[in-house]
Amino acid sequence: MTEFDAAAAAVQAALDAGARYADARVMHLRYESMSARNGAIEELTQNESIGLGVRALVGSGWGFHAVPELSDAAARAAGRRAAEVAAASARVAGPPITLTPAEPVVASWASDCAVDPLGVPLSDKGDLLVRATEAARGQGADLAEGLYQIWDTRKWFVSSEGHRIDQHIRECGGGISATAIGEHETQRRSWPSYRGQYGTTGWELVESLDLTAHAARIADESRALLTAPECPSGETDLILGDEQLALQIHESVGHAIELDRILGWEAAFAGTSWLDLAQLGSLRYGSELMNVTIDPTIPGALGSFGFDDEGSPAVKRDAVREGRWVGVLAGRDSAAVAGLGYGGSVRADGWARLPMVRMTNVGLEPGPHTLDEIIAATDDGVLMDVNRSWSIDDRRLNFQFGCEIAWEVRNGRRGRMLRNPTYTGIGPLFWRSMDMLSSEIVPWGTPNCGKGQPGQIGHTGHPAAPARFRGVRVGVRA
Amino acid sequence: MTGLRDTGATELDVAARVVELVHEVAGPAAEAEVTVVRHDLALTRFANSFIHQNVAESQLTVRLRVHVDGRTAAGSGSLVGTDGLRALVGRTLAAARLCPPDPAWPGLTPPSAVHSNGLLDEATAYAEPAARADRVRAFVDAVGGLEAAGYCRTAYRSGAFANSAGQAAQGRTTEAAMDGIARAGGADGVARLCAGRLDEVDGATLGARAAAKARAAADPVELPPGRYEVVLEPAAVADLLQNLAWYGFNGKRHVEGQSFARPGVAQFDPAVTLVDDPTYGGAMPFDLEGTPRTALTLVEAGTTRAVAHDRRSAAGAGTSSTGHGTPGGATFGPIPRNLRMPGTADGPVDPAVGGGPTGGPVAGAVADADTAALVAPMARGLLVSDFWYTRVLDPKSLVITGLTRNGVWLVEDGVPVRAVRNFRFTQAYPRALGPGAVLGLGRRPVRQPDRLDGGWWEGPSLRLASWNFTGGASG
Repeated sequence: MTEFDAAAAAVQAALDAGARYADARVMHLRYESMSARNGAIEELTQNESIGLGVRALVGSGWGFHAVPELSDAAARAAGRRAAEVAAASARVAGPPITLTPAEPVVASWASDCAVDPLGVPLSDKGDLLVRATEAARGQGADLAEGLYQIWDTRKWFVSSEGHRIDQHIRECGGGISATAIGEHETQRRSWPSYRGQYGTTGWELVESLDLTAHAARIADESRALLTAPECPSGETDLILGDEQLALQIHESVGHAIELDRILGWEAAFAGTSWLDLAQLGSLRYGSELMNVTIDPTIPGALGSFGFDDEGSPAVKRDAVREGRWVGVLAGRDSAAVAGLGYGGSVRADGWARLPMVRMTNVGLEPGPHTLDEIIAATDDGVLMDVNRSWSIDDRRLNFQFGCEIAWEVRNGRRGRMLRNPTYTGIGPLFWRSMDMLSSEIVPWGTPNCGKGQPGQIGHTGHPAAPARFRGVRVGVRA
Repeated sequence: MTGLRDTGATELDVAARVVELVHEVAGPAAEAEVTVVRHDLALTRFANSFIHQNVAESQLTVRLRVHVDGRTAAGSGSLVGTDGLRALVGRTLAAARLCPPDPAWPGLTPPSAVHSNGLLDEATAYAEPAARADRVRAFVDAVGGLEAAGYCRTAYRSGAFANSAGQAAQGRTTEAAMDGIARAGGADGVARLCAGRLDEVDGATLGARAAAKARAAADPVELPPGRYEVVLEPAAVADLLQNLAWYGFNGKRHVEGQSFARPGVAQFDPAVTLVDDPTYGGAMPFDLEGTPRTALTLVEAGTTRAVAHDRRSAAGAGTSSTGHGTPGGATFGPIPRNLRMPGTADGPVDPAVGGGPTGGPVAGAVADADTAALVAPMARGLLVSDFWYTRVLDPKSLVITGLTRNGVWLVEDGVPVRAVRNFRFTQAYPRALGPGAVLGLGRRPVRQPDRLDGGWWEGPSLRLASWNFTGGASG
C-alpha cells in the first residue's frame, strides 16, 4: 500500500461516513539535532515518525483524527473517526462552512538542496560544533554552546476534490553562542543568532555561516558586556539590525495578519489581532517605506514550499504596500468567511496535527539605504541587534524586545557598547516611525513559532534589513 | 507498517525487545535504555461560541538511548514492528559509533521500585468527542450570551521503561482540562482547571466564572505604570511557578551558574513552599531514564532546599537524580513540571481532583472566597487574573517581561472599584516572592493546565507587596 493509497483510503472512509469534504496527509518526518557545550558533544538526537492525519467536514463541523499506522484498516478507521469527531462538533455548531474554490492539483515538488544534511557524516557535523565551542571557550566564554537541527519531511496529500500532491522538504540550520556569567546576571552573544539561522535548504547553509570564525568575537563581546554601561532609559532614535527586525516583523506583522486571529478563532490562546477586516486595503500600517510580502516561493527561505497543507500552490502576495495593509495569511475556510479569494497559508507541523493558518515567508522588501548610511544619518540614537527576549500582547500591539547587544550612535558614528538593551512600543506607531530602511536583506528563518492547541511548532521565514525608527522608548528594566 | 495493536505486545514487551536487539547487534556490554509511550490526546476547541477545531490523535513513540564504547546517542521512532525496531536500533548504534566520546555519561538507573500513583480514570482515557462537546456546550450556555472561546482536553498515556541494567517500569495516567474565556465588548474573563478525571471538569461552573469576570472587566481605564501592590489569581500564579521551574529549579542551569537558586538560603518569604509532585496526578511514575518519580520539596517555608536533576546534571552536581529526565534534557536541563504551592489550609486533597476551584460566590471581579479574603485588606492595589507572553530578560536574576490578560482591577479600601486596561510589567520573579514580599496566600491552590498534558501548575491566589508595571496599553 503506497502512502497515496493510505491517504485516499482515509479520505474515502470519511466521505462514506458522511463527510462532505475530506483531506488526508501522510507524512514521514525525520529530525536530527546535535548540541555541543564547551568543546564536547552534549546531545545527539535522531527521531523518525510516520503517520496519517485526516480532516473531515460534516455539516458545519470539522473533525480531525491521526494515527501512527498506514495499513488500509488503520487509514479507513482514521477516516471514519474523523467524521465522528466532526459530527460531535454539531453539538455546539457554528455558521455554515464553505471553502474557497480550488482546482484539483496533481503535482510533485521538492525543495532545493545542494548538500543533503542527513548525508553529511555525523563526525563532520560534530567536529564543527566541537571546534566552534572550543574556540569560544578558549576565548573566555563561561559557557560555549553550539547547535544544528535538520528536518527531512516527505508528505503525500489527497483531498476529496482530487488533489494528489507529494512534497519533499529539507530544512536545516545552526548557530553558536557564548555566555559570560557574572555575579548577578549573565550576558550572551550569539552567531548568527541564538540557536542559529535556518532555511529550506541543504547543509551548505550551515557551512556558509562559518561558525568557528565568529567564536572568539562573540566570546569577547559576551565578557565585555558584563561591564559595559547599561542601555540608557528614555526615548531615542533606534536602529535595529536585520536579525532583530526579522523577529519584529514576525511578532508585530506576521501574527497580526493571520486571518484566523482576525476572525477570533485564536481568541482564548494565541489571541486576536488589532486589525479589522473592514480596513483591509485602507489602513495605514506603517511608513511608506514599509512593503511586506507573503512569499512562500523564495528559494531557500524557511517558510518556502510548493503547496500548503490544503493543496494550494505557493503564491507571492502583498501584505503591506507602501505602508498600507492589503493582505492576510489565510486558509480556504477562513478566506471564505472573510470573503477573500485566496488561501495558501495553511500548514501542520506533522501528521498528528490539524493544518492551520501559519506564516510562510513574511518579510520586508529592500529599502533605499545601507546600514552605514543609516548610522551616518543618526545624530543621537542606539543600535541594537540579535534578539534576546520577545513579548507582545494578545492583539499584537504592545511589544517589548530585548537584544543581546547595543551600541551608542552619536554624530553619525557607532560608539561604545551597551548592555541589557530593550525597547518597547505599539506596533503601528512603531512601523509608522520607520524613516530609513536598508537594502541589505537577509531571509532569516524562525524554526520555533508556537501556535495552536494542541501546540504546533511552525517554521517561518522573514526577509529583513537594518532600519531606523524615530522616538522609540528604550532601556526598560525591572 | 505495524502498529502496537497488530503485534499484540505491551509497551513493556516492546521496551524489553529493543534492549534485546541492542545486545544482539552491539553485544552484551552495550548500555541501553528504552521508553515506549502510547499517547492519546483529544482536544475540542471553541471560538465565537462554537466548536471550530476538534481533534484526536494517537501517537506511539519508542525512545532509545545507547552508550557503546564510551559514546552516547539517542533516537526515537514510531514503528513497533520488528523491522521498525531494528531500524531504530541500527541507526542509533550507528550514530553512537560516530559520536565523540562521552566522558560525562552518568550510567543507567539501577533496578529500583516504581510505584504507580493509581490515578488512571478509564472514562477520561476513552472519552468520546461528545463528552468534551457537552462540556463546551455547558460553558457556552453559562456565559449568557457573551462570546466564548477555549478548549476541553482529555489525555491518556500508557508507557513502559526498560534498560540493560535491569530496571523496568510501567505506568498509565489520565488528565482532563478545560480553559475558556468569556468576551464582553473587548473585555475578557477567564476560568481554567486541570484534573485527573473529566467528570471533575464542570463547563457550566467555569463558564459562569469567566462570564462574571468578563462583565466586571468592561470599560477599563488606563492607569500609570509603576509599582503596585497586587493580588494574583491562580492563573497568574501559575506563570510564576512555570518560570521559576524552567530557569530557577533546573539542575543543569544551576550547575552552570545560571540559576538564582541557592539551596539552604532563605530566598523566599516564609509563606512560600514549593513542591514538585508528579505523584499528585497527571504524570507518569518514572522519568525518561527510569528513575522513580517522587515528591521533591524545592522550597520549604521560604528556604530553597533543592533543584531538579536528571542523571547527567546530578552527576555534575555530585548528587542523585530526582527523577526529572526528559527528552532534550541534556540540552535544556531537567525541569519540574508538576509544581505546587500549598495554600494556608492545604490539607489532604484528592489527587485525582487536585486543587479544584475554591468555593464561594461568583460575583464580579472577585471570583472566589479565597481571593476575596486577600483583596479585603488591600488599601490600594491591583487584582490581576492572568499573565501572558512572559519572557526572560536575564535568566540568573529571572527578570521577566510580560503582560496582564483576562482582567485587571483597581482595588481601593478592599473593593475592586473599576476595571483597568492591561499593563506590561518587567519584574524579577524571585524578588516578588522574597522575604517580606508575600502579604497573604489563599487557603487552597487551584490546578492550572500546562500547554502540554502531563504538566500542571498549582498555586493559591497570592497577595504581593509590589509588582513592577513598566508600561500601559498606550505603550
